[in-house]
This record gives sequence, structure tokens and C-alpha cells, in this order.
Amino acid sequence: MTAKLEARGIRLDYVQPRSNTRLTALDGVDLKIMDGEFVSIVGPSGCGKTTFLSVVDGLIAATAGRILVGGKVVTKPGPDRAVVFQDASLLPWRTVRDNVAYGLECLNVGRREARARAARFIEMVGLSGFEHHYPYELSGGMQQRVNLARALVVDPEILLMDEPFASLDAQTRELMQEELLQIWVKAKKTVLFVTHQIDEAIYLSDRVVVFSGRPGKVKEIIPVAIERPRRLRVKREPRFHAIEDRVWSLIEEATERNRRTVDRIEANS
Amino acid sequence: MAQLITSADPMPAARGEAPALLRLYLAHERAILGTLMVILFLLAWEGLERGWWAQALRPFLGAAAERWQLKPIFVSSPTLVAASAFRMYFVTGEIWRDLGWSGLGYVLGLTAAIAVGTPLGLTAGWYRRFSYAVEPLLTALNATPQVAFLPLIVIWVGTGLGTRVLIIFLLAVLPIAINAHAAVRTTDARLIKVASSFGAGDWRLFRTIILPSSLPFLLAGLRLAVGRGMIGVVVGEIYGSAAGVGAMISQAGARFQTDKVFVGVLTIVAAGVILVEIVRRIERRVEAWRPPA
Amino acid sequence: MTIPATLEYAGGPTRSLPARLYLAHERLLIGAGTLVVLLLLWEALGRSALVDPLFISSPTQIAQAGWQLGRERDFWTDVRISGAEFLLGYGAAAALAVPLGLAVGLCKRLQYMLGPFVDTLNAVPRVTLLPLIVIWFGIGLWSKVAVVFLGAVIPILINTQSGVKTSEARFIRVAKSFCASRRKVFSSIVLPGTVPFIFTGLKYGAGRALLGVVVGELYASTAGLGHLIADAGNTFQTDVVFLGVFIFMAAGLIVVALLDACERRFEKWRPALH
Repeated sequence: MTAKLEARGIRLDYVQPRSNTRLTALDGVDLKIMDGEFVSIVGPSGCGKTTFLSVVDGLIAATAGRILVGGKVVTKPGPDRAVVFQDASLLPWRTVRDNVAYGLECLNVGRREARARAARFIEMVGLSGFEHHYPYELSGGMQQRVNLARALVVDPEILLMDEPFASLDAQTRELMQEELLQIWVKAKKTVLFVTHQIDEAIYLSDRVVVFSGRPGKVKEIIPVAIERPRRLRVKREPRFHAIEDRVWSLIEEATERNRRTVDRIEANS
Repeated sequence: MAQLITSADPMPAARGEAPALLRLYLAHERAILGTLMVILFLLAWEGLERGWWAQALRPFLGAAAERWQLKPIFVSSPTLVAASAFRMYFVTGEIWRDLGWSGLGYVLGLTAAIAVGTPLGLTAGWYRRFSYAVEPLLTALNATPQVAFLPLIVIWVGTGLGTRVLIIFLLAVLPIAINAHAAVRTTDARLIKVASSFGAGDWRLFRTIILPSSLPFLLAGLRLAVGRGMIGVVVGEIYGSAAGVGAMISQAGARFQTDKVFVGVLTIVAAGVILVEIVRRIERRVEAWRPPA
Repeated sequence: MTIPATLEYAGGPTRSLPARLYLAHERLLIGAGTLVVLLLLWEALGRSALVDPLFISSPTQIAQAGWQLGRERDFWTDVRISGAEFLLGYGAAAALAVPLGLAVGLCKRLQYMLGPFVDTLNAVPRVTLLPLIVIWFGIGLWSKVAVVFLGAVIPILINTQSGVKTSEARFIRVAKSFCASRRKVFSSIVLPGTVPFIFTGLKYGAGRALLGVVVGELYASTAGLGHLIADAGNTFQTDVVFLGVFIFMAAGLIVVALLDACERRFEKWRPALH
């Protein structure tokens, strides 16, 4: 069976235009995600998780390697993938309804049709009655629901989620996690979820990918053998803690190595 | 829309390396293109006065090509302006007297504006009822083109230095007062709470919280006032004054000495650029604690 | 301790009705009260022998002068001419500067090419160019239109351009991620984000345009409200000068109010500041 989403040897170099020096952000990332799977990426900050997500979406072109969706190579953003952005990034001059319809409009769906389809997803994320509110009138959690609905409405095969709950308070975040799982079951999407919150990654995912930092690459992939549907209290069970410990120690290793590299570079300069 | 992302951002290296010459151009594109356009503009201007374009177009337009040569009194030319500037600055030295005269009025007017505008604005920001009283006046004055007061000022104080100081003051005082007012009003309420919870009195509160957090606003107001003051210098002098750069420009214009007009205009450009840069420097120094935006 | 306006308490329930009415409208009452007191003082000064009425006139004299002028044909010609100068110059400035500002903001190279000229013009009060403009356009209507245009075009251009420049990269990422065409990015992200900047520019520009009308007409003209006040000043008709100043004041207030009303229609999506 071919993977729904596959990254093969993704490498990304940056060139600083003034000094003309090269910087490697991603160094040979290989990853396979099956249809309907929920996979998270965690790693020390600055390890290129978000950058990798942008490469998968096609917003940034990789220096080497390729991204395959359903076995076909993709190089640009397409309607088969949709991003749930960090910090919501709702257009402040559009109402909730028009923000959700925005993705459809970009794909040349007529405005009337786009609004009608938006309504269904506004209901799915539990925002009925807020269609005509502007983003500044919503709480952080509500904004993230709109963000999610905006991605779901274009009916992508793959959802790319970039630390969507990072700016929420702890309680709202937990509620949103549970709700996301319910929506995921209903919508039957393949999800690639980037986060720095380890318990969030484990709670949501079938597999957790640990990145090592600078340049980013896959250090290890840890399967989460906890049955679904999962309730929030699973986070307080010993088997959950065991996985958490494992991920933590991997990240600590990565961070430690990272720090040594940085020290060495600084000592040499 | 890649150009919306500033060129200082690191660019993905996917497209391979550009050749060295192109890289050099790209690194200095702004300076190269800007200089090129300025040179082209100066050449076009020079050509208008010297009749280069008339000559070049004669084969195509015949006698109508003469329209592409303009008399020096109409446009002057970069070389004429440069020669005139050299003469006025270094041979006769006549412009220094005008600069001194304009500078005196400017400094007096701006100083008075700062001395009145800052306390007025701060007080209005601090005392709510006082603010209610002066707000309508400030709003109305701010919406008025203040130069309309010139004929009145001339009736009151004649056409001497006093008129120019007053009009510069009038133009410069409003941005200073309005910014000072806004500065106090937008002081972070949390900081005020912190200070009062430590038992700070009114005066200490003002000195330790209001004033430091107002400073950026005050300086922004000063930067606006510096520009407004320049308007005052020019307008005050072209409307009946015997000396000063503005008066020089006005008199040279009346005698169709176009090159001298341009020298005056460029002198004022230079003065404006230098003054605004000075305020910017001060702003940068004062705002060292502020994270870059 | 004095409590700044931002920390004000609501009035307690024990106050009497007049006190509550006063508190609810305090801002208006104090503002209007101050104006009335000032006008009365001015009138008293004008009528007393303390100051020569030639210098300060008085509110009633000004009102009388207004009543008389209002019946003269010439006065309305002056109003029409000044209005035409303003509308033509300001309209042309807005019509040119908004699209040009958008283009300059979108195209880096265009910005590099025009930058030196815009910066130079921005550094000089454009009224400085009046003597040149009069040489080029004469002392009629068009020299004033030109100076109004030059005054207004620079702030509108600069603000529009910086509005485009500050288009938020994260919104553009969203659009690109949804495969938006360049046109869609422009119409749905860049343009709406630039509207507040355009209005800021238009407001600054309106101030500069009015200034251009006044200075242009003071400097050299044969008609217009600026000409009227210059003439009145030369013949010591202080009341007419004041009247002219008040007309310009009213014009400034009206233009700003109109632009504010327009802006509010465009910006329902912004949280109200006050």
C-alpha cells in the first residue's frame, strides 16, 4: 500500500543574501504517513518542524528531495493539503463566515456556494451564531476553531497543523485537543500535526515523530499504542507517562547535542 | 508576490547560485537604480535647457521641435543651479546671511512651541476636565490651515521677526501638544497601578511613569513639528519679509532668477533632511529599551 | 490622587439628578462652556477701550461682516474659486497617488527608482516651490491647483506605499497556501490591509491641500478666500480676516469629518478605540 503522504530525503538550505553563507535547516527528512493516520512532529525549538510543514504544503521549495501525495510528486500548494496556521491568522477584515469561505474563494468557488459550504463547517466546530462576528470579537479558542474550519471546508485529503493551540491557555488547549479528535473522526482526514507540547502530541497521535535539531531530521518515530477513542484522563495513566518519558529523553539528547554544537561553533569563531 | 517579503530575509537556495555580477547588482540594486534615475532626470533637465532634445527631435518634428528647448528663466538647469549655488555659498556668501536670519526665527519659534506645547499637552492629558476645556480648541486649530492667521499676525506685530516666530510657533505647537496629550492618555494603566501600589505620589508617578513612557510620543511630535516649522519659515518669509531663505526664494522668483530659486529650495531640502535625521537619532537613543518592531 | 481618565470610576448611586446629568455630559458641557466664555471675553475686550478693536475685532462684528459679505456676489466667487482649487488639486492628487502608491508598494524596483524623488519632495515644504510654480503656471487658478496637488500627493503616496509594505506576511502565507492567484492575494489581503493607511494619507493630504490653497492665494492671486483675507489684512478689516480664518477652519473640520465617516464605513472590522 502506498503512503498518503511521503517525504523523501527533504533537504533545505538557506542562503543569506548579503554574506552569501549557507545554512542547512532540514537535512534529509524521510517520513511516510498512511491514509487516515494522525502523526505529530515534536522536537527542540528551532529544529525546523514548522519549516518542514511549509515544505510539505509547498510554500517553501526544498533544495533536494521530494514530497509525494498519494504517490504523486507535489511542488506547490494544492487543494489536497490545507494548513491550520499558528496564531490563527484570520483575516481581520472578514467575518467568521467569510474567513471560513476564504479558502474556497481562492480555489475559484463562487461566493454564494462558498458561503453555503462554510456554514456546515462553522456548525461542525461549534460556532453557529457567530457567523457575522469579526475576529477581534472572538476569544483565542474560537479563533482557532475558525482556523480549523477554514482548512476543513476545502475538503483536503491532508490537514497540516502548525502548533495551532500554542497560544491558548492550558484548559482551553485540552478541550480543543479532545474536540479536534472528535472532528478528526468525523472528517476522516490524514493529519500531520506540529507541536512543542509533548503530551499534546502523544494524546492526539498514532505515531510521534521526534526531530533532532539544527539541521532538522527524523531522530526516531514512536508509535502510541493507546486505543481510541481517547478521553483526556488517559494523560494521567502510567502507560501515557511511559511514552512521555521516552519522548522527553530523546528530545533532551537532541537538545544536548544541539547545545554542544552551538558551543563548538562559538568557540571556533 | 514574492517582492512583499523583504530582501533581508534568507532565501531558499533551491534555484542555484546567481553569477557574481548579477549578485553584485542585486546586493546594491536600490542604490544603483536610484542613482541611475537621478542621473537620467538631471540629464533630461539639462537637455531641456541646452536644447539637446530639440536638436535630436528636429529631423522628426521639424520646427515643432523648438518646443523641447526651454529658456533658462523657465527651468534653469543642473549646471546653472550648481554654478549659482557655488557662487552664493562660497563666492559672495550671500546665502549665509539668509540662512542665519531664517535659522534665528526657526529656533525661536520652535523653542517657544516646545516650551508651550509640551506642558499644555501633558497637563491636558493628566487633568481630565482641563482636557475637556481645551480639546475643542486644539481640534479646531489643528484642522485649520494655520497659515491663514498670517494676515492677522501681520496686523498685530508687523512684518518683522515677530511675525515669523509667531507663525512658526503656531504651526509647530499643535503636533507637540496633541502628541503630549495622547502620550499621557495612552500610558499603560498597569504601570500606573504598580506605581500607586508602591505608594507613589502624583509627582513621583508623573516623573517615573508618565514622563518616560511619554518620551517616544513627545519626540514623534517634535519630528512632525520640525517639518511644520519649515513650512512656517518659508510661508512667513515669502509673505512679506526682507531677509531669509524664503524671502530670497520669493524675490528671486519675482525677478525670474530660476537658478537662485532652486538653490534656495535645495537648501531647505538639506536643512529639512538634517533636522529630521537629528530628531531620529535622538529617538533611537532614547528608545534603546524598546524591542525592535 | 488624581485619577487619569482611563481609570475613572462610574458615578455612585447616591448622586442627585442634576449632578448625574452633568456627569453624563461633562465633556460636552465643559467644552462648550469654555468656548462661550472665551467668546464673551473676546466681545468684552472688543467693546472695552482696553484694546484697539482694530486689532482684535469682536464676535459680533465678525458676524455682521459675515452677514454683509454673504450678500455680495464677489464673496461667493471667492468661495467657488478656492473650492475649485482644492477639489481639482486634491482630487488629482488622490487619483494619482493611491494607484501609484499601490504600484510602488508592490514593485520593489519601482520604489527604488522613484524613492529619491519622493524623499526629496517630502523633505521640503511644497509651498517652497510656489515661486517656480507661479513662473510656470502664472497667477491664475492653475498655479494654486498645482501647489495643492503637490502638497497632497506626497503624504497620500507615502502612506499608501507603506500600507502595502506592511501587508502581513502571515496573511499572504494563508492565501498562497490556498493557491490564491496573485490577483486574489492583492484584492483580499493587500488592499484591505492598506485601506487604513490610505485614509491616514488622505487626511494628512487634505491638511496639506488646504494649506496650499491659503498660501497660494496669499502669495499671488486675483481671487479666492486667501486673496480675500490678504486684501482685508492690507486694509485692516480685521473682522473680514477673522471671518476668512473661520471659513478655513470650518472647511478643515468638514473635510476631516467626511473622511472619518468614510473610514468608519470601510473599517467595521476594527475594534473601536474609544
